[in-house]
Order: sequence, then C-alpha cells, then structure tokens
Amino acid sequence: MGLHDRVADWAKDFDHTDEVWAADPYAIWDELRSTCPVAHSERYGGVWLPTRHEDVVAIAYDTERFSSRSVVVSKFRAPIELAPVGTAPPISSDPPFHKQARKVLLPVFSPRAIAALEPSTRAYCEELVEQLRGRDVVDAAADYAQHIPVRVIANMLGLPESDADMFRRFVHHVLEGVSLPIEERVAGMVPLFDYLQGHITAHADAPQNDLISLLLDSEVDGRKLDVFEVARTIALLLIAGIDTTWSAIGASIWHLARTPADRDRLVAEPELMPKAIEELLRAYAPVTMARLVKEDMDWNGCPMKADDWVLLPFPSANRDPAAFADADDVVLDREVNRHLAFGVGIHRCVGSHLARMELTVALQTWLAAYPDFELADADAVRWSEGQVRGPRALPLRIRA
Amino acid sequence: MMKVHVDQDRCQGHGRCYLAAPELFAADDLGNGREIGAGPVPAGLEHQAQLAVANCPEGAVAMEETS
Repeated sequence: MGLHDRVADWAKDFDHTDEVWAADPYAIWDELRSTCPVAHSERYGGVWLPTRHEDVVAIAYDTERFSSRSVVVSKFRAPIELAPVGTAPPISSDPPFHKQARKVLLPVFSPRAIAALEPSTRAYCEELVEQLRGRDVVDAAADYAQHIPVRVIANMLGLPESDADMFRRFVHHVLEGVSLPIEERVAGMVPLFDYLQGHITAHADAPQNDLISLLLDSEVDGRKLDVFEVARTIALLLIAGIDTTWSAIGASIWHLARTPADRDRLVAEPELMPKAIEELLRAYAPVTMARLVKEDMDWNGCPMKADDWVLLPFPSANRDPAAFADADDVVLDREVNRHLAFGVGIHRCVGSHLARMELTVALQTWLAAYPDFELADADAVRWSEGQVRGPRALPLRIRA
Repeated sequence: MMKVHVDQDRCQGHGRCYLAAPELFAADDLGNGREIGAGPVPAGLEHQAQLAVANCPEGAVAMEETS
C-alpha cells in the first residue's frame, strides 16, 4: 500500500505486505526454504518467518513458548496482560482458557450443523451465477466469490446481509491496514463495534435463533459473556469467515481458469471433487497466522526475543517438498494430503467444515453453470495483501 | 482383524478421517472424529482406513492388527 519500504532482502528484511509477496509468495518461500528456512525482519518490531513444514508445525504445537494473543502482525501487539484470553477469543486465546472459549463455537460449526446450511448456500450460489448470464467477461472474485461467505456468516450470526459491504470494509481494514499508525488502526475498528453493540443489545432484549443469541447465552469460566466479549467473538467470525473463504474460492477458480486440463477433468469427473478440494486447499491455502514469542529464547539457533512476531505461513508449509511429493504441482486426485490449510494443533480453524462446504458448493455451482472459462486478462488479476491471500480482481471470459 | 482408533487427546476435529472413510469414522457433536463402534475394518475398506491414517494432520488416527 506504499506505506513501507520496498524489500530487497527477503531473508533479513522481509515484509509480508509487500506487493512482490502479494503477487507470488511461493517463489520467495521456495528460495528461503532452501537457503534460509527461518527468515527474520526488523519490521513490525521484529518478525520471524519459518518456511518449512516441520518448523511451522513445531511452533503451532508449542503453546508454552508462543502466544496467540495477537495473530495479525502489525505494529500493535496485544499486551501480555491480555493473555490467555487475547483480543478475539478463541483464536487469540492460550491454554487453558482457550479450550472453553472454543467449545462454545464448535457445535455451531460441526459437520452436522454445517450440512444444514448447504441447501441455502447452493441456492445462493445458483442465484449469483444466474445474475452473470449473458455477460462475456465477469469478475469471479468481485461478482461471485466475495458474496458467498459474507452472506452465509451474516445469516448464521443474525446480522442483515445488506450490511455486507461494511463487514468487508472492516475485515479489509483489520487484515490489510496493518501498516497504519496505531490511532488509525484503532479508529478503523470503532464503527463496526458501535454497529455490533446495537445488534447485540437488540438480541439481548429479544433472543433469536442465531449465533449472537447463542453467544449471549454462553458461559465461559462459569459466567456469561458480556456485550464486549460477544462483539469481539463476532468480529473474529467476520474476519475469519469472509476473506479466507472468498480467497479459497477465488484462488481455486483462478487455478481452473489457467489450467484447462484440471477444469475439464473436474467437469467430467465430479466424483473427484472431495480430493480436488483438499488439493486446492493445500496448493492455495489462503491463511498465514501469527504468534508472539513469550520470552527471550534460542529457538533452533534463532535468537528470538519476547514479543517478537512469528508468522506461520501454512501455504508455505503446504509447498514443502520434504512433506509433499511434487509439492508445487496441483494433483487433483492426490490421495495422501496432510495439508495445513486450516492450521494444526489446538487452533485448527473452527470454521473449516463451513469453509469446505462453501468451497465445494461454490465450485460445483460455478462449473455446472460455466464449464468453459478462461482468464480474460492475466495482468488484471489482483491479489490481496498480508496474511490472507486470494484474488480480489479475477476477470474471466465465460462461455455458457 | 484390523481396527482403527482416533486418539481423542490428539484429535482437533479436522474431519479428514470421516471424509476419507465415512464407513469407519463419524463426527461427534464438536466435530471430532470417532471410530464407529469398536473400529473394525471390514474387508475391502483397508485402503480407506489407510487414507484416514495418512491424511490426519495431527497424526491422531491409528490402525492396528488385533486378534
């Protein structure tokens, strides 16, 4: 966004919001993995970047030495006093608090609960593809992918779908405004919290059959969550549920648009879809998480300092040749695929079953409506910046 | 006789076992994977069982020979 100096040395001075990274981080990670597997940068007050599968997994499991109280790298770190709850529980929580906060959400995002949302998701995807009929060139990111998760999560929460633009603005600010001064960073979050407070109060007065009412009724640590805690959890679900799935749907369509053989195979062999979904998630995992180092230590030869950030680039781990055969190839029928698209350890993405359902339905519906499509202008494809990566502009030529 | 088992201390609810082998595993109310019944692997489902083991990101699924 022009707020930082350009990167010349990815091993010693990387910036994960740099436009070179946004355009193609895989080349950067491949190079680092073989030359400097744990990169470091003084930016953001100190950040480490493990690129190997083995190291990403080890840090994700090590909740003793790495805290989750902030998971988006910026100049602002949640103070240690916020642990173990963190800024947006349970993603920002450490043990032992984490488990109880997570347990509130798990039943709502279980496979059984998510299966019940599939028909309405499919109907919505069908509505979206029909709106594109008759057009020659469409933007699969802006006209299709971005609408699906925001609608599903708004319905789950009990917020009006018509506020989708505001949710996306908020998420964009949180995820891509990381280089802003702290005052602007905080100010950008205020409108959503004001808005949520109104909806939460209304739900407290008149409970509904939705996630906001469920959160208001939930107990963690033997007491009910207060309005602010509920708001933070809703903010988390918006942040975690919108850009991520939008990115996965968009990146998958991007892959199929530039790989006609895979596109045609998926159209001809729809039973391949479950394996293909896992492979697309592996190859284009959208999410990189972060941790904070708890205390000064030597970690595998790296002199880590308290409050240093550590990025956990799950998409880099997913391309590590030490963990996956033909790691850089997309193999739609890959059978053994222990990918980390949804993380690993206690913070496994709570919404993974929802994301998988949305991605499956979105691709099935798209391919049924438009089995023949290609990039209209490869140079016009634009990717998001920062820790969630997916196409934000994806012009396609479609032939019905 | 082969049997499968999900280690509940390691399982984080990725769901890869019940996606790979719904005949052998099911989700509980939290989304964690559980072997169905005592986890016997009927003839013909050995490959699915192996895939469930190989695809668990947490290494929580095991298959072993029982008498």
